[in-house]
Amino acid sequence: MSYVGQSVRRLEDPPLLTGDAMFVADLAFPDMAAMRVVRSPVPHGRLIGFDTAEAENAPGVIAVLTASDLDLPPIEIRMTKVGGLDPYRQPVLAKDRVRYVGEPVAVVIAEDPYLAEDAAELVWPEIEDLEPQLDPMVPGEFEDGLSSEVALVEKGYGDVDDGLAASPHVLEVELRVGRHTGVPMETRGAIGVWDPVEGVLHMFGAAKVPHYNRFAIATMLGLEQDKVHLFENHVGGGFGVRGELYPEDVLVCASAMRLGRPVRWIEDRREHFIATNHSRDQVHRVKVGFDHTGFIHVVDDEFWQDQGGYVRTHGATVADLTGAMLPGPYLFPAYRSRGHIVLTNKTPAGTYRSPGRYEGSFIRERILDLVAAEMAMDPVETRRINLIPPDNIPFDRQYSALATEVTYDSGDYGRLLDRVVERLGYAELRADLQSRRANGELVGLGVVCFVEKSGLGPFDEVRVEVGGEGSVEVITGAASVGQGVETAIAQICADGIGVDIDSIRVTHGQTDRIDRGMGAFATRVTVMTGSATSIAAAQVREQALQQAASLLEANPADLRIERGRISVEGSPGGPSLTLGEVAAAAAAAGANLTATAEFNTDHMTYPYGVQAAVVEIDPVTGGCRVTEYLVGYDVGRSVNPMLIEGQLVGGVAQGVGGALFEAFRYDESGQPLATSFMDYLVPTASETPQVDVLLSEDFPSPLNPIGVKGAGEGGINAVGAAIAAAVGDALGRQDAITELPITPGSIWAILSG
Amino acid sequence: MIPPRDITLLVNGREYSVQVEPRKTLADTIREDCGLTGTHLGCEHGVCGACTILIDGSPVRSCLLFAVQCQGTAIETVEGLATDGVLHPLQEAFWEHHGLQCGFCTPGFLMLAKGALDEDPSLTRDELREVLSSNLCRCTGYQNILIAVEAAAARMRP
Repeated sequence: MSYVGQSVRRLEDPPLLTGDAMFVADLAFPDMAAMRVVRSPVPHGRLIGFDTAEAENAPGVIAVLTASDLDLPPIEIRMTKVGGLDPYRQPVLAKDRVRYVGEPVAVVIAEDPYLAEDAAELVWPEIEDLEPQLDPMVPGEFEDGLSSEVALVEKGYGDVDDGLAASPHVLEVELRVGRHTGVPMETRGAIGVWDPVEGVLHMFGAAKVPHYNRFAIATMLGLEQDKVHLFENHVGGGFGVRGELYPEDVLVCASAMRLGRPVRWIEDRREHFIATNHSRDQVHRVKVGFDHTGFIHVVDDEFWQDQGGYVRTHGATVADLTGAMLPGPYLFPAYRSRGHIVLTNKTPAGTYRSPGRYEGSFIRERILDLVAAEMAMDPVETRRINLIPPDNIPFDRQYSALATEVTYDSGDYGRLLDRVVERLGYAELRADLQSRRANGELVGLGVVCFVEKSGLGPFDEVRVEVGGEGSVEVITGAASVGQGVETAIAQICADGIGVDIDSIRVTHGQTDRIDRGMGAFATRVTVMTGSATSIAAAQVREQALQQAASLLEANPADLRIERGRISVEGSPGGPSLTLGEVAAAAAAAGANLTATAEFNTDHMTYPYGVQAAVVEIDPVTGGCRVTEYLVGYDVGRSVNPMLIEGQLVGGVAQGVGGALFEAFRYDESGQPLATSFMDYLVPTASETPQVDVLLSEDFPSPLNPIGVKGAGEGGINAVGAAIAAAVGDALGRQDAITELPITPGSIWAILSG
Repeated sequence: MIPPRDITLLVNGREYSVQVEPRKTLADTIREDCGLTGTHLGCEHGVCGACTILIDGSPVRSCLLFAVQCQGTAIETVEGLATDGVLHPLQEAFWEHHGLQCGFCTPGFLMLAKGALDEDPSLTRDELREVLSSNLCRCTGYQNILIAVEAAAARMRP
C-alpha cells in the first residue's frame, strides 16, 4: 500500500486531543522566574531615563533590567538583505528613542508572573514625546539625517512608458490593503535555561527557524554555536509571525545567563497585538494600459508599504514578494513595480501567510475587474484573454524574488479556470444572481486567478535511522507550526522504505539532534524536507536490501520490502526478515541502517489556483456575508489530500478576516486601537463560509523528485481579491471597492451614495 | 497583598488541595497548582474560549473565574475526557475528520462541544455552528470542527 496520496489521519493528534501536548507555557523548570516586559506607552519619543527603584523593592522582584544593564546588539535581518537596512534594525531594549507603542524598554524578573506584572507597572520610563509619523506616503526622519523611507524595491520588464502612451485605454486607481496579521491562538513564549557547569544555553519555545535563531542568539550573546540549543515544543500556529527572532527571545536568554535561573516569558494577548509582527498595510497607485479586447498591455504600479517602527528579521521580503508576484498568472507584456518601504511609529511589520501575494492578488484582480467593467465584458472572459497560455510555460518572469529567478515551472492556468467555471455552474450561477439582484437583493460573484510560490531552497537535510526493533526515525531541521509536518514526512518515508507509517517517528525543531536545517516558512517543508526524506528513505531501503540479500542468500534485485518485511519477490511463504532483524544484523556488522540526504534547489515551484466567492450584503447595515466559496488549486501531486484541504480551508478563513473584519487601526496620536479580541475581529464559525475545494494534480512539479507544490498559502492568497470582486458585483460598482477590509461602514457609504 | 487561602477543587473527579491568592484565576490554578496544562490560555479576556472547561456540566471561561470561587463545584477539563485510555467520541471524531491543526484551541472546543451536546444531543447543524462561534480557531476555518462535532453527536446519541 502506498501512503502518499492518501488522507492518512495525523500522527501528531493524540497528545493534542488529550491535553498531554506540551506548549511552551506548559513547561516549567526548578527555580524558574517570570519575566514581564515594560513597554513604551507612547508611539515616538526620546527615552531620557528610568525610575526603577519602586519596582526593584516590590514583592518578589529579582531584577529590573534596562538597555544599560544588557549590552546587546540589535536584531539582525534574516531575509532579503537589501543594502542600507542596518541602521533601521530593532534594539533588544530601546536605548535612546522609542518608536512604537509596545516597544520593549525594560524587563522585570520576579518569582511569579503575577508579581512580575505588578512590579512592571511601577517602572516609569521618562520619555520626551516626539511627533509621531503615521503616514507612509509622507516619509520623515527615522533619526537625525536618516530618512524613514528605508528602501525602494524595483522590478519589471518591457517598455512601460511607451506602452502606456500607446494604449487605447488607460485607467489609474489607488488601492489599499489594511494592516492585519496572523494572530495564532497561542501567543508567543520563550524560556531561557543556562547551565553554568557546561556553559550551555537552552531556549525552549522555538518555532519556524530554530537553527537560524540558534546562530543569531549565539552570535548576540557571544557564545559558541554548539553551546546554544533551541527546542521546539508543540506550537500553536505560526502564519509567518511566530518563530522569528524577537527581542523577548533574546531577553529570556540574556536574563537567564545573568541571573543563573531559568527565566520564562509568556506573551499576553494585548502584548501580542502590539508586539508581534503586523503585516500587509500597503497603498498602491496603479496605471493600466489595455485595448478594446480587454487585453492588458501595461501595468505600472507604485506602492508604499508601512512597515512600522523598525526593520525586523524579514527585511524587505514583503515588498520584494509583492512586486515579484503581483503579475500572477497573466502575461502583462510590460510591467513596472516600485515599492517604497517606509517606517512609521506603529508596530513593526513582517510576513503573514502569503506575504505580498494577498496584497498583490487584490491589486491585480481589482485591475482585471475594473477593465472588465469598463469594457462591459464578462470578468472570467477578461481573465481568460490575459492568462499566460500553456505553451509559454515554463514562463520566465525576467526578475527574481527571494534571490531566486521567478520561473513558473508547470501548469495550464486556463484549464483550471475552465474546471472551476464548470464546478461553479458559472453561467447559471451568474444568471441566478442577476435575477436575485433584479428582485432587490444585493448578491454578487467574484472569480479570481492567482499564482502561489513554494519550496524555497537552498537546501534541506534529513537523517533517517532504523532502530533495532524496526522503528524508523526521521530527523529534520524543519519545524512544525501545526500544519501536519510529521504525518506528511512519515507518509513519504514509509513509502520510500516500505514500512508501516506507525513505525515512523519524525523529529523536528531540535538543534541538538541535527546540525543544520532551514525550518518551516515559505511553504517549503513538503517540497524541500519531503524531497530530502524521499532520497534518504530510498538509500536506507537500498542498504536494507543489500544487508538482507546476504542474509537470505538472494540477489538484492529479487527482494521486496512490504510493511517492514523483506522477502524474495514471487515466493510467498518463503524465507523473510523484518526490517528490525536486518537493522540488528547490520548494526552487528558495524553498518547501521542510516542515511543522511539533502535536497538542493535554486528555484521555487509555483502552484496556482482560482478562487470564487458569492456574497450577500445586508442593505440596512452594510454587513457582508460570504455564502459560497470555492478554491481550485493545483498542487502537482498531493501527499495527503485531507491535510491540503485543511490548509486551504483554514487559509480562506484567515483571508475572510483580512477582507472583511481584521484591522489594526491607530488614532491620530499613534495609539493602537485594536489591542484585544473585542477590537480585532477574527472570524468565528458564523462568519466563515463553507469552502468547496477542487484539488488538482494536473501538473506535477518537474523541480523535485516527488512532484509536489506547496499548499500552505494557496488558501489565503486571493481571498481579499475574490471577496472584493463579489462585493463589487453585488453593488454593481467595481470601481467603488478600493480598500481592504471592506467594512459595513464602507459598504453603507457606497450604498448611501 | 491579600494572603493566600487554602481551598479544595474537584477536578475530573479528583480532589486537589491547593493554596492560592484570591486573585489567582481558575485557569492558572488548574494549570499550575493542579498540573493540568491541557487547559490553554489564548486571550485571558474571555473571548477566544481556549480555556473553556465545564463547571457542573456547563461550559465556562476559566480565565474569567477565580479559583476561590469554584470550591464545591465539579470541574471537568480535557484531561478527563478519555476514560482508561479510550478516547471520547468527540476526540475520536476530531482526529478522524481533521478537526485540528495546531491543536491549541482544541481542548476548549472539545469541552464546549461536550457541554452543549450533554445538554442537548439533538442540536442541528445551524445550532451547532452558533454554539461553536463561542470559540476562536485560527487554523481550520471551522469546517472540520463542525463536521467532527456533528459526527460525534450522532455517536453520542443514546
